[in-house]
Amino acid sequence: MAVRRLHPDQPKSFAFTPENLAWAKATMAKYPPGKQASAVIPVLWRAQEQEGWCTEPAIRAVADLLGMAYIRVYEIATFYTMFQLVPVGKKAHIQVCGTTPCMLRGSDAIIEACQSRIHHDQHHLSADGAFSWEEVECIGCCANAPVVQIGKDTWEDLTPASFGKVLDGFAADNPPKPGPQHGRTASAPEGTPTTLTGMLKR
Amino acid sequence: MLADKDRIFTNIYGFQDWRLAGALARGQWNGTKAIIEKGHDWIINEIKNSGLRGRGGAGFPTGLKWSFMPKADPRPSYLVVNADESEPGSCKDREIMRHDPHHLIEGCLIAAFAMRARTCFIYVRGEFIREREHLQAAVDEAYAAKLIGKNNVHGWDLDIVVHHGAGAYICGEETALLESLEGKKGQPRLKPPFPANSGLYGSPTTVNNVESIAVVPEILRRGATWFAGLGKPNNTGTKLFQISGHVERPCVVEEEMGIPLRELLEKHAGGVRGGWGNLLTVIPGGSSMPCISEADCQTLTMDFDALSKLKSGLGTAAVIVMDKSTDIIKAFARIAYFYKHESCGQCTPCREGVAWQWRILERMAKGQAEKREIDLLFDVTKQIEGHTICAFGEGAVWPVQGFLRNFRNVIEERIDQRIASETRQAAE
Repeated sequence: MAVRRLHPDQPKSFAFTPENLAWAKATMAKYPPGKQASAVIPVLWRAQEQEGWCTEPAIRAVADLLGMAYIRVYEIATFYTMFQLVPVGKKAHIQVCGTTPCMLRGSDAIIEACQSRIHHDQHHLSADGAFSWEEVECIGCCANAPVVQIGKDTWEDLTPASFGKVLDGFAADNPPKPGPQHGRTASAPEGTPTTLTGMLKR
Repeated sequence: MLADKDRIFTNIYGFQDWRLAGALARGQWNGTKAIIEKGHDWIINEIKNSGLRGRGGAGFPTGLKWSFMPKADPRPSYLVVNADESEPGSCKDREIMRHDPHHLIEGCLIAAFAMRARTCFIYVRGEFIREREHLQAAVDEAYAAKLIGKNNVHGWDLDIVVHHGAGAYICGEETALLESLEGKKGQPRLKPPFPANSGLYGSPTTVNNVESIAVVPEILRRGATWFAGLGKPNNTGTKLFQISGHVERPCVVEEEMGIPLRELLEKHAGGVRGGWGNLLTVIPGGSSMPCISEADCQTLTMDFDALSKLKSGLGTAAVIVMDKSTDIIKAFARIAYFYKHESCGQCTPCREGVAWQWRILERMAKGQAEKREIDLLFDVTKQIEGHTICAFGEGAVWPVQGFLRNFRNVIEERIDQRIASETRQAAE
């Protein structure tokens, strides 16, 4: 288990934008009548996307919207580790996979790069507030290890040098193309594919 | 080696278009109506005859699982697809969802029809955001083309809802997944009642892995005998293998069940880094499966039965390779940390025990343990195993037990080195 608590400094209020509120209501309608609590993860996720992190007023607003007790949504926010309970970097929050398959391919060096370039400790903002990082558990791209996830995308097959370029790219608001940074396609073996060569032609 | 014509996932690397047009060109959604017209029981029997065993880790026969669903029940039946792929080493469902999603959607329609379900939920792990976007786009295309939804061309109304989590490994356990889908913390339920009797919203539910569902349409199109003719008896068909760790060219590849480990690694992954002789150990089926000794790797075949004979398992067929340069204690301490982090906290033996495991292994990695603690650690694992609501307890301790069986000498050597260096320092 991971012990997760709300941040001591919270904003005063939260309100969904009209677009996000409409989206939340459409999401709730996907589930059977009376089962709108099923939408709690997607709706809280949308609140986090709007705010940048998961705030206490957002937790209350989501509970009110879904007709749930505050404690039930608080449980969701603290149980599921993708809800960021502390503010994250304005330009990028780097989630480095450190689990064994990534470790075997050199994720320790990626973590060291985060420590030297962003902050020694995870979940802390860099001096300029632009970056933050955390070590996460397996993000399911093991054949492309080591991997970082930033926002919706993953940068794969990293070395300290190519990871440095990813950080530079985000700093300059021009990140490199996501996916494998070695030039291979998805999880096909590097070089000539061993199977499905007939599918190479479009 | 499996011939390309026998591969089910012909776009697993995304060389071709993943959308409906590309899927149709690759033969998906072909003759689906004729399959459905053969009836519920024919489909379940054909899947039973194909020998398909669940691809999510446990290897339970899929057709048999489907047959547990009630045939006449006033409550709605649900099909839930487990796309919460989080087992370290596993990265196959990701490729299906982002590069060949229509296999899965067509499979959902057929499986839901076989089990008389009108609603299907696909629970995608939170981290797979782009994968989920592809899957949702493919579902939208299927609705627009009247392949699914109300009054579709196949004559079986089905709604598919793509749902997602937010980073909890435990939600891959089927009852934790259902709790999460109901909007709660993902803490597993006691069984019985099993989901087929009382699952999602208290209704009959079957939870299947992405790959198990995605292979169904091709099995039914080509026939159970085709699928059963691949692989080995009781371990039939093809399988997506995921090769990570110390190989020259890590990859995901579809191969025949029962392929020798060495052939798998050398044909597709460029072999072990530094040559076959440099192999230390492999974890054959994702991090919950006990590692296999180098000696056993020589003749190992990759199937459920061969691996269970070695007190391990095929799991999700995620092969994690470690060469002789690996700090093996550190590698397993990191796996133990993963389980410590991901325990849902519901059962005390697991919540406390997996943290003990991790702390002892961290000290062992530094040599700062006592030799008697090796047996103590084994005892801790035995106190967790079988004493928890769900199989997370087993998944968390099996890798440590396999590690102790195979690498006890490495732990002892490291403790000896630490004692020798302390003695030297004291003498100086």
